[in-house]
Amino acid sequence: MPKTKIDVPGEVHFLSILNEYGNLDKTLEPDIAEDVLLKLYHYLLLGRRFDERLISLQRQGRIGTFPPISGQEAAHLGAVATMRPSDWMVPSFRETAAELWRGRTLESVILYNNGYNEGVRIPESSNDLPVSVPVGSQILHAVGLGYAIKYRQKDDVVMTFFGDGATSEGDFHEGLNFAGVFQTPVIFVCQNNQWAISMPRSKQTRSKTLAQKALSYAVPGIQVDGNDILAVYAAAQEAVASARSGEGSTLIECVTYRMAVHTTADDPKRYRTDEEVAEWQKRDPLVRFQKYLKDKGLLTDDGIEATEAEITEKIQNAVDSAEEEMKSLGNPLDMFDHAYAELPPRLIEQREALARELEEIQKESNHG
Amino acid sequence: MAKMTMVQALNLALSQEMEKDDSVMVLGEDVGVDGGVFRVTDGLIDKYGDQRVIDTPLAEAGIVGMSIGMAVYGLRPVCEIQFSGFSYQNFHQIENHASRLRWRSQGRFHVPMVLRTPYSGGVRALEHHSESREAYYAHTPGIKMVIPSGPRNARALLISAIRDPDPVIFYESKALYRAFREEVPEEEETFPIGTSQIVREGTDLTMISYGTMMRPALEAASILQEKDGVETEVIDLLTISPLDDALFVQSVHKTGRAVVIHEAPGSFGPGAEIVSRIMEKAFFYLEAPIERVTGYDIIIPLFSRENSYIPSAQRIVRAAKKVLST
Repeated sequence: MPKTKIDVPGEVHFLSILNEYGNLDKTLEPDIAEDVLLKLYHYLLLGRRFDERLISLQRQGRIGTFPPISGQEAAHLGAVATMRPSDWMVPSFRETAAELWRGRTLESVILYNNGYNEGVRIPESSNDLPVSVPVGSQILHAVGLGYAIKYRQKDDVVMTFFGDGATSEGDFHEGLNFAGVFQTPVIFVCQNNQWAISMPRSKQTRSKTLAQKALSYAVPGIQVDGNDILAVYAAAQEAVASARSGEGSTLIECVTYRMAVHTTADDPKRYRTDEEVAEWQKRDPLVRFQKYLKDKGLLTDDGIEATEAEITEKIQNAVDSAEEEMKSLGNPLDMFDHAYAELPPRLIEQREALARELEEIQKESNHG
Repeated sequence: MAKMTMVQALNLALSQEMEKDDSVMVLGEDVGVDGGVFRVTDGLIDKYGDQRVIDTPLAEAGIVGMSIGMAVYGLRPVCEIQFSGFSYQNFHQIENHASRLRWRSQGRFHVPMVLRTPYSGGVRALEHHSESREAYYAHTPGIKMVIPSGPRNARALLISAIRDPDPVIFYESKALYRAFREEVPEEEETFPIGTSQIVREGTDLTMISYGTMMRPALEAASILQEKDGVETEVIDLLTISPLDDALFVQSVHKTGRAVVIHEAPGSFGPGAEIVSRIMEKAFFYLEAPIERVTGYDIIIPLFSRENSYIPSAQRIVRAAKKVLST
């Protein structure tokens, strides 16, 4: 028998609609209502300004370590903007703007970043999972949710987020494979921000794209300019529609850049150059989208100023109310809450022991 | 009532729960068409279809991670990991997520899933097919660890595990799968998780064990009675975590002597915790140091030597005599 070429299906496209100079490809422009465009702008800016404020709070010791999102706002915001409220979002930990869009409050982010579990509580109105720290591990939960949705014959979809580093994890591959096999309504959004702490994308994998990894699992993969919110939106809209109609999953690789640190405990000067960061600053998703809206006549300089002022106030109010709320939180005994549906006897004993210890400490300090 | 093996009893539990509640799903490797390599899920696919009895790709983390998502949605997945020796490839899903989602989400979500998996040696199996690693799970906050010891309690505990609102790791003894039959009532029977049971009453000595080791423990108790007239109280833990210490502490108050038996390696094993609880809650009742009869702190040998590794009735008798001689 001769050695023959197997025609393996699949190709990978790159989508860019609003390029780094803010120039628009009109033929590809998605049809987004004006109020949604302005809302997207609001949340892009909110994501950026909130990030900046969180960094300043962290430097002042008013919150703990956290992972900033600057530069990546469009990559996650553009994606979730295509979802319905009843859909499920399964985040990793660098999707703050998307979480805010989906209903998470600024206060909750501040609480969480200051070490209060209360901060990850998702509002009852939203079907989103809390942030997940172990890289890539949340991807499989999205597939399970997708399976359950399909089993219950609902037309909701699940969108899960992860970074370029996660594509080296087994859970990413198992997730895509299961999604392919079970045809689950899951949209896999990879925020390829070029860096997994100190590991550049080029060392993470020799694959030309991350999107192509989906093809092995018979899942379509597309690469988009992740700093182009229109491209992210358009790709996600198509993927969501396809998932909702029973066509299964899509992997969207959003090519973006982590403009800030991995977390506030990280020093990127150890592994990347200022020149590289400067290059990516030119591709800022916020500047680009602002130009688009101005060109469209939807935004004026006054409008920009008004949005800035509104956001500054919103963030200040959130910081104030979170700091106020923290005063009433922090009862150590609360650490036993939500361990199990019902606290087992040993945990009741331990909780009582801690209560006694706290009383002792209180007595000692009164007598001291 | 029908006499059943543990395999049949577990199958009955699954089938009855699936019949009753369409949120109960079974998934894992070879659980569908093949009925599971031990046949615990035999015939379920014919009754409930391949949407609910899911043959998954061969990926343990995938199976458990997917189960977590299903459970968060409100289903009650019962996943099977073919051998517990392969469950380390899904351990991160248990430790990082199944055990924590209730806590992390402040009660908004919970993970009512069961992970069934065969454990323990004694069936002349290959490497990675004979370990007893219940301590890993018992040491992990947020989950429950259950190990039945016979057909009837296996069936009742599995139903309770499926209905439990928190994740349950359900270890099934390969050595007991077909070792004996018991009357298992057709009508529904549950058994509360976190509750142990006295299976033989006595006044001279307390034996505490679970799972596969219940048989040699009971055999040792019989030998002690027949040869030396020793009345041994034998306690079957059934749940390793949360550990029911009330019953064995009460028993030690009465007997003043205790032997703890498990197949898992001794150091840092469940026995260490049990002994510690006795020290906390029954120290002044003790007449003698407590003995542990356990596997050694080595990897369980391949099967030609496993019988020298696994605690036997004779080894338990020797430990009991040592405790009784003080």
